[in-house]
Amino acid sequence: MILSRMPWFLIAQRLGIALLTLIVVSFAVFFATELLPGDVAEILLGQAATPEAVAGLRDAMGLDQPALSRFIGWLIGLLGGDFGTSYVNNMPVAELIGGRLVNSLKLAGLTTLLAVPVALTLGISAAMWRNSIFDRIISMLTISVISVPEFMVATLSVLIFAVWLDWLPALSFGVNVDSWSAILRAYAMPVITLGFVVSAQMIRMTRAAVIETINTPYVEMALLKGASRSRMVLRHALPNALGPIANAVALSLSYLVGGVIIVETIFNYPGVAKLMLDAVSTRDLPLIQSCAMIFCVSYLLLITLADLVAILSNPRLR
Amino acid sequence: MTKTPNNWTGRDDAMVETMIRGGASRRDLLKMLMASGVGAVAGGSVFMRAGAAVAATPVSGGSLRAAGWSSSTADTLDPAKASLSTDYVRCCAFYNRLTFLDEHGQVQMELAQSVSSDDAQTWEVALKPGVLFHDGHTLNADDVVYSLKRHLDESVGSKANSIAKQMTEISKLDDLTVKIVLETPNADLPTILALHHFMILVDGTTDFSKANGTGAFICEVFEPGVRSIAVKNPNYFKDQGAYLDSFEFIAITDNNARVNALLSNDIQLAAAVNPRSVRMLDGQDHVRTSVSTSGNYTNLNIRLDMEPGAKFDFVEGMKSLINREMIQKSVLRGFAEIGNDQPVSSANRYHNPNLAPRAFDPEKAKYHFEKAGLLGAEIPMVASDAAGSSIDMATVMQQAGRDIGMNLSVDRVPSDGYWSNYWLKAPVHFGNINPRPTPDILFSLLYSSDAPWNESHYKSDKFDKMMLEARGALDEDKRTAMYWDMQEMIANEAGTIIPAYISNVDAVSAKLGGLRPNPLGGMMGYAFAEYVWLNA
Repeated sequence: MILSRMPWFLIAQRLGIALLTLIVVSFAVFFATELLPGDVAEILLGQAATPEAVAGLRDAMGLDQPALSRFIGWLIGLLGGDFGTSYVNNMPVAELIGGRLVNSLKLAGLTTLLAVPVALTLGISAAMWRNSIFDRIISMLTISVISVPEFMVATLSVLIFAVWLDWLPALSFGVNVDSWSAILRAYAMPVITLGFVVSAQMIRMTRAAVIETINTPYVEMALLKGASRSRMVLRHALPNALGPIANAVALSLSYLVGGVIIVETIFNYPGVAKLMLDAVSTRDLPLIQSCAMIFCVSYLLLITLADLVAILSNPRLR
Repeated sequence: MTKTPNNWTGRDDAMVETMIRGGASRRDLLKMLMASGVGAVAGGSVFMRAGAAVAATPVSGGSLRAAGWSSSTADTLDPAKASLSTDYVRCCAFYNRLTFLDEHGQVQMELAQSVSSDDAQTWEVALKPGVLFHDGHTLNADDVVYSLKRHLDESVGSKANSIAKQMTEISKLDDLTVKIVLETPNADLPTILALHHFMILVDGTTDFSKANGTGAFICEVFEPGVRSIAVKNPNYFKDQGAYLDSFEFIAITDNNARVNALLSNDIQLAAAVNPRSVRMLDGQDHVRTSVSTSGNYTNLNIRLDMEPGAKFDFVEGMKSLINREMIQKSVLRGFAEIGNDQPVSSANRYHNPNLAPRAFDPEKAKYHFEKAGLLGAEIPMVASDAAGSSIDMATVMQQAGRDIGMNLSVDRVPSDGYWSNYWLKAPVHFGNINPRPTPDILFSLLYSSDAPWNESHYKSDKFDKMMLEARGALDEDKRTAMYWDMQEMIANEAGTIIPAYISNVDAVSAKLGGLRPNPLGGMMGYAFAEYVWLNA
């Protein structure tokens, strides 16, 4: 396939916008953090925060410099690949994030592996046999899954599978993961819980996108020419629906990196979402910023990837 | 629990257990149960069950996983910075203090052989010889001097800084003796040294990525906000060393998840479970609860220096309007003791048992509100999830107020920032105070005229004078009498309403032996690791 110059320009433009967004988000997070009451010295001392103690600790932690200059310093360090040092426990931020980011990515990856194929198959087939019993059942199920909050699914599944049936461990971290079956057992419940939430969204969006293209005249033409229903959908409608589907998938998946705080809490799984929450509640600026950057990067990466798919799958842009 | 009556709860279990510990015989127990309308047959099986939990011989070996309720990247192995239960549990496992408080609130020696003084101002601490740190270093006076002095250094950020400040001189007399001179006489020093922050470190320690202490466990893994793993210290200085081979501590923030993890045997101890979940545990044979009342309380503070508390009749009215029994029974589900508006709970040996809680008397309340000219005025009470159960308590008061024509409103505010924005500041607000080991700490923190957390802005010269006098009194009887009087003064004169002392409920596997309540808090005052064992 010979690509013209057009998509490269579009891609470069996308990347430029992504970088700009990162910087803007970083500043927004900084100013939002500044608005929170109290700083890290006050929070650490808690109820024992007398003015002298706070002043002493601030001095010792180097917090007496203005916040903005500390932030700019951090940003410059980031350019050199240095995430800075946590104010709260003096550990390098990279070390704090490292293991937990791997955990989060593992969980997100496993969920993606499970959810995306299932969601696309169900979404496309529901569109293919629109208004059939099958389609109605899928719609009903997805709506009910979307309306039931995650913590409910998670808590109920723990109650059923761990407490009553004793098939799976109630916690996903700290249990033995020395064999494949143990890993499967440990990840089963969080992955299924997350899979429920993200795939329900994806199914509905996929179905809507495919149906929209099926309704266009050219697909109708294919049907009139005698193409089978599956050929009509898979060969003619799907390529044009790929763009919106990719966007829907990306949006759902971006949630998996930073937004799974409930699953992390209930299954006691140490990922980056809980880390960000800790960082905010202790006003640990380098950690907050680093987490925010990671969420933002993963989000932008997925969205840009979806845009790429859309650009490449669109002959008019290709 | 199949053979017990339907309305039998974990609380009753705990009560029976407490009675057995207190020396109750089977007959005493049956008498008590008959009195409360429970059949003799049931009594027998309950006695067996609770009895089994108390009378058992320790078993060595095994690995325990316990879960607390909070953990974050702020978790620390630095005892000076320790602020949460999670930190206390770890510090107790890895380090030792000079003294500690036993289950009756009495001071016992740990690393110290004796802590003595003639005038309560100049103290001599003699150390036990031959105590080894995990790295092989032998404990000496320099370590103790360093460990205590660092609390005075503001750059350390010690939580115990204000308490440590009274130690004006800390010096080494010889290798195993330390001299401590206090600013003013304080007979409580042995108890103060039992605070979790005064753990003993090796001289010069500044790195807290691993813990090097004298404790019963050696720190193998420590990941803040995730977990810690500890293995038994083979060189522990106590004869009765740790029973467990290893011990892992994690935190599960969500109450239901914590209870579920215990029920499915993924953990053997779930700290501080919500009384609401105790019902879930009641039907299960493989778990039990351990209840300790240690003096934690949520209180209603009325500032005496501004309206409406400046009219003391308003305070009097509120004290009569609060339905303590209902708060104890419904809001706290029975896991509480009714309080009498002063901070020294019955877990403390200086508690004044003659000071009866005020009765719920709406008519009397109405009389006082009328006298203050406030009947019918809208008065907001600031409550928040940050002060546990305060919203429920406020609602109980609001209802009671409505019945007599008093318009109390519940002003619910977020947890984040509650302690810096509302607590001590709003005219009528709720607070929550953790247990402290001595009346002196409570009084100087909360009620003396210059107290940093004087919640109701209570000022009394007489009280301040008595506090200083009692602090230096080595005569136990005189001291007790003064503390009793001071509790009465607080209950009658201050603007803090303390309706109940809240119990801590830990849920544990039935296999876990050796866990006993402690006045310093749940999980045996956070020091359970070295005392518990796992039955096969």
